[in-house]
Amino acid sequence: MSELKHYFAPTSLDQAVECLKDGDVTILAGGTDLTPQSQAGRVKIKHTLMNIRHVPELAGIALEGHEIRIGALATITEIMQHPLIKQHLPVLVEACDHFASDQIRNAATIGGNICNASPAGDTLIPLLVLDASVELASMPEAELYRHSMPLSTFFIGPGKTRRSLCELLTCVRIPLPPENHVARFHKLGTRPALDISTISIGIAGTLKEGVLSNVKVAFGAVAPTPVRAPRTEKALEGQRLDEASIAKAADVAKDEVKPIDDVRATAWYRKEMIHNITKRILSHVAQA
Amino acid sequence: MSLKHDIEFTLNGIKRRVTVDVTMNALAMLRDVIGLTGTKYGCGEGECGACTIQVDGVSLNSCLMFAVDCDGRNVTTIEGLTNDSTADALRDAFVEHGAVQCGFCTPGMIMQADHMLKSECCGDTDSIKRGIEGNLCRCTGYKKIVDAIAAVSGAQT
Repeated sequence: MSELKHYFAPTSLDQAVECLKDGDVTILAGGTDLTPQSQAGRVKIKHTLMNIRHVPELAGIALEGHEIRIGALATITEIMQHPLIKQHLPVLVEACDHFASDQIRNAATIGGNICNASPAGDTLIPLLVLDASVELASMPEAELYRHSMPLSTFFIGPGKTRRSLCELLTCVRIPLPPENHVARFHKLGTRPALDISTISIGIAGTLKEGVLSNVKVAFGAVAPTPVRAPRTEKALEGQRLDEASIAKAADVAKDEVKPIDDVRATAWYRKEMIHNITKRILSHVAQA
Repeated sequence: MSLKHDIEFTLNGIKRRVTVDVTMNALAMLRDVIGLTGTKYGCGEGECGACTIQVDGVSLNSCLMFAVDCDGRNVTTIEGLTNDSTADALRDAFVEHGAVQCGFCTPGMIMQADHMLKSECCGDTDSIKRGIEGNLCRCTGYKKIVDAIAAVSGAQT
């Protein structure tokens, strides 16, 4: 890998994506992850440091058809204060509210939180249960090319995603939740602020007459990436939420996750907490 | 040779042109290149808030910001909070309530409190406590700081 030789601050998406063509570029957005990672030597800045702040197309939050588009540069604060997000995606507001501290929320971007691909990334769990997709732009020939993929297939390991070195994440799109949609998020840590979650859980679905359907469950900090939990989803799909079905789903969840021991918790503790908090969330949903 | 870049931005109301190392953070630029040492280096990784500044009207950790990213923006440090009625009231309240002991966290605390007051999110002590979650103080136990901010915002304690 070559040494840093060039700083570039594009003012259009075309310029930004063209700069990525040779792939030897480190992308700077909010900087809240890249600054400490590069200063501690965990990440080496490549040949070009590209600051995407001045690319207008990467900003903003808007309703487009039946989807909410959140530009990659939207900060966590902008997201949690935006009327559209408050109205349609309260679970995302809740997760943003648990994100680091005010100073970091004011700088950190959603595109950065996604591309940093931490297994414990706070926005990733609600985005997974909200069925979000990401849009990637590149310039294979002379023309700008965009394609989308579901967020659930985007992560491949800690800090690793399916974004190629020539691609830029431009936005995340979230379908408007249907009627009777419920979504919950819980982050478990030692203090509310500035903590990396020990585990986090997101559960969403449609609740009609006590029956949960179209169930989406996602877990953070129990695997190399944030993960959807298909077995837990299946256990809940079409079920009436009562004591027995909740207990069964919590057991399946505990069995489904394969966490590791690390400084924040043991694997045993994580499994126990996945069980207990899955149960707690479902009980709250049943009572709501 | 480390890569350098020229940037131009507004610092405490005055246009500045500075040449910075591209990998340098904004905190190092403020302290070591420009010589404004009111902004403190505490942890260097966004945990303590001692380096809090305001950029385009919001508070952030200058240790987590690339200096080059100040280009074209409006930056305020503790030295810039003069002739500002909110900041003056905060300073007086910090003195009155004994919210300053060793003083190391104070510039960051004042920058954050000033941002909170200007964005009207200090309605009660709980929101004040939430607002300063990113600022560590090892002396006061926070009570006096929360009281000082509440005195300015008019929140009941």
